[in-house]
Amino acid sequence: MTVWQIILLASIAVFALKIAGYLVPPSLIERPTPSRVANLLTVALLAALIVVQTLGQGQQIELDARVPAIIVAAGLFALRVPFIVVVAAAAAVAAVLRLSGAMP
Amino acid sequence: MAHSDETRAARRSAVAVGLAVAAYGVSFGALSVASGLDVWQTCALSLLMFSGGSQFALVGVLAAGGAGAGIPAIASATLLGTRNALYALRVAPFIGGRWPRKLLAAQWTIDETTAVSTAQSSLAAQRTGFWWTGAIIYVGWNLTTLIGALIGDLLGDVRQYGLDAAAAAAFLGLLWPRLRQLQPVVVAIGAAVVAAVLTPWLPPGIPVLCAAVVAVVVGVTNWWGAR
Repeated sequence: MTVWQIILLASIAVFALKIAGYLVPPSLIERPTPSRVANLLTVALLAALIVVQTLGQGQQIELDARVPAIIVAAGLFALRVPFIVVVAAAAAVAAVLRLSGAMP
Repeated sequence: MAHSDETRAARRSAVAVGLAVAAYGVSFGALSVASGLDVWQTCALSLLMFSGGSQFALVGVLAAGGAGAGIPAIASATLLGTRNALYALRVAPFIGGRWPRKLLAAQWTIDETTAVSTAQSSLAAQRTGFWWTGAIIYVGWNLTTLIGALIGDLLGDVRQYGLDAAAAAAFLGLLWPRLRQLQPVVVAIGAAVVAAVLTPWLPPGIPVLCAAVVAVVVGVTNWWGAR
C-alpha cells in the first residue's frame, strides 16, 4: 500500500464513522455498553501510542531522552499548562539532553 | 433579548475554543512530516480526515513501521474515530436540514464542536456553537497544519529537535482530560502495559491494536465502572 492509499482509506473510514451517527437510529449505539467501549477505545489507543512513541524504536524498547521529556510533559499537564506549550517543552527537554550528550 | 445573548455567548466560546485548538495544527504538521509524510500528504490528512486523535495515530504508526504498517495505521485511526459516531448522535437532532448540510456537519463532528454546541441551552445557540466552532477549527487547523509541515520540512533531523518526544507528549495531552475516573485510568495502564510487552514481539502498529482489546474487555464487563 502507498502512503496516499493509506491516507485515503483511513480518511474514508473516519468519515464513515462520523456520518454513521447521522444515519443509524440512536437506539442502536446510544446504549451504555457501546458508548462505554467507544470512549474506552480512545483511552486505550492513546495510552498504547504514548508507550510506543516514548519507548519504541522499531520493534525494540529503548530508554532515551524521550522518557524524561514525557515525565516533564505529564507534570506540566497536571499543572494545566496549555497543550502547545507542553508539547514544545517536551521537545526542548529531549533536544537539550541529546545536545548536551547526557542521553541518546 | 435573551435569545441573542445566548447566541452571542455560543459564538464567544466557539472563537475561544476554536483558536486554541487550531494552534495544535502546528504540532501535527511538524510531527507528520517528521514521521515521513510529505507536506501534501500532511495537508491532505487535515483536510480529509479532520480528527486530531486519528491523524496523530496514523502518522505515529507510520513513523514506527512505514507504509508497511498501513493496515494497523488505518485501523488505529479508525478505532480512535469511533467516538465521533457518538458525538454525531448527540448533535444530529439540532443540526437537521438537508443532505449537503449534514455531510458538512458530519465532517466537522469532532470533540470540540460537540463540546461547545451541547453546552448551549437554546436550539439557536447550539447551532451557532456547532457551526462557528467547526468553521474556525477547520480553517485554522488546516492553515496551521501547513505551517507546521513547512517548519518540520525545514528542521530535517527530527530527533535532534526532540520531535519524537513531542509526539509522545501530544498523545499524552489528548489522553489527559479523559483520566478523571477510575475505569479509564485502569484501561490506560492496562493498554500501556500490553503495548510495551508486545512491542518486541510483533510488527510495528500491531501492539497498539492489541491494546484496544483492553478497552473492549473492560467496556463490555464494566469492571471498575461507576454503577
